[in-house]
Amino acid sequence: MRNIIPILTVVGLLILVWYGAAIALNAQWARDVAARADKTLTFSELVADTWSQEKPKLPAPHQVGAELWETTVMKKVTSKRSLVYHTWVTFSATFLGFVMGTALGTLLAVGIVFNRTMDMSVMPWVIASQTIPILAIAPMIIVVLNAVGLSGLLPKAIISMYLSFFPVVVGMVKGLRSPDQMQLDQMRTWHASGMQTFWKLRLPSSMPYFFTSLKVGVAASLVGAIVGEMPTGAVAGLGARLLAGSYYGQTVQIWSALIMAAALAAVMVGLIGLVQRVTLKRMGMAQ
Amino acid sequence: MQENQSVISARNLDLTFQTNDGPIHALKDVNLEINKGDFVSFIGPSGCGKTTFLRVMADLEQPTGGEVTINGVSPEEARRARAYGYVFQAAGLYPWRTIGGNIRLPLEIMGIPKAEQAERVKRVLDLVELSGFEKKFPWQLSGGMQQRASIARALSFDADILLMDEPFGALDEIVRDHLNEQLLKLWARTEKTIAFVTHSIPEAVYLSTKIVVMSPRPGRITDVIESPLPRERPLEIRETPEFLEIAHRVREGLRAGHGDD
Repeated sequence: MRNIIPILTVVGLLILVWYGAAIALNAQWARDVAARADKTLTFSELVADTWSQEKPKLPAPHQVGAELWETTVMKKVTSKRSLVYHTWVTFSATFLGFVMGTALGTLLAVGIVFNRTMDMSVMPWVIASQTIPILAIAPMIIVVLNAVGLSGLLPKAIISMYLSFFPVVVGMVKGLRSPDQMQLDQMRTWHASGMQTFWKLRLPSSMPYFFTSLKVGVAASLVGAIVGEMPTGAVAGLGARLLAGSYYGQTVQIWSALIMAAALAAVMVGLIGLVQRVTLKRMGMAQ
Repeated sequence: MQENQSVISARNLDLTFQTNDGPIHALKDVNLEINKGDFVSFIGPSGCGKTTFLRVMADLEQPTGGEVTINGVSPEEARRARAYGYVFQAAGLYPWRTIGGNIRLPLEIMGIPKAEQAERVKRVLDLVELSGFEKKFPWQLSGGMQQRASIARALSFDADILLMDEPFGALDEIVRDHLNEQLLKLWARTEKTIAFVTHSIPEAVYLSTKIVVMSPRPGRITDVIESPLPRERPLEIRETPEFLEIAHRVREGLRAGHGDD
């Protein structure tokens, strides 16, 4: 409980800054409207106005809060206007992509650790793949997959996978190489095979690295899913909400989708952290 | 089994490491016979090649000249036949396995049936006086107990030879004394042949039937001392004149080896 106080302090400070910024950014619009009506605003009138505009440049926290309440608790989850529904759509693509990315990343790492040719040839491509802007390649993936008859969840999941396999490859290569020379010599004195060394030593040793990679990977996966929803004119998902919001200047909707995405990321990273703690504690490897 | 049967034999052994700073002559013209049931200590300053020699016996390093045989075959064949147990300086127990699980590890690798694994784990835990710790995890044990568990692990597959590379080097003196005493008892009970690397003179003299004194640059054997001490050795033997005399000779040997640099 002791570490909740610093967190709340920072949250409080951020909200203060946010309110202040809302005044500064929305004041011009409030003054323009008042000028057209031949009125002048007192300071308190100005503040009240900047915090309650319908299409503010920066919505105030309570406006976003109200929108979140309105679109989550007050709507049925099956409704197209429910943010829970959109979050679920994004989550399913994120999760599928994350699972595929983790599998791909782990397989590549195993190959890289065990095969010198793969070590020399695959790693540069893995790194190169991440230097391509995802915004540029995402529409290509969607279009190509559509041409072969794949649409809906899978193309988004593939973009998620594209982003999330990278941290898993890098982390698992390091993890699978983490046993020291003495431990490897020991295996050699027992005349252990490569497979035995892998299952009994390398894989368990890599677990701390694995979980750290998963945390980074799941966050990247969420970014991938949201980006995947943007260029396609997708009708559902947090990415679609962001896009629709920006078309119609619905800044409140954009911000509530952003907050929802952040909350989703926090929950996913938190869950992985929980599994990590329990697993590593049981393995006697907790830091 | 006849007495004085040679188990480990090195002839004109040479090993040169190629490094970025030029070649390092780790072993030069090393000749040695180790007989069955011997307890042989290798002592010398760092860089004298004592650990390298042990690693050559274990097929962890390849000699560049000469020959080593273990039980009459090459170190590689001996390793494949699991002819020796190797104890490293660090216990190297896996934190995710219990003590029992750690000892079972080589048995699993060697494909020994489950029932026999359990029985062997019990037996070797008893040998190192760790009965009752089978279900504990390594972090629940002291450093000395962890090292005993690692000795139990090296004993579990019944190799006749035990190669030990400064196994007690990281432990404090009191624990070390206790483990030395235990190791002698274990050696008497199991009749293993033991090759033991150390840089402690009292440890080498107390434990060994044969003390091999080595010196560096190039790594070579400068003296081989056959210990006249009886096999039965209480800790107090370390205050007898015989003991001190051997310790003196070892010290002389070490000093002579250092004279040329």
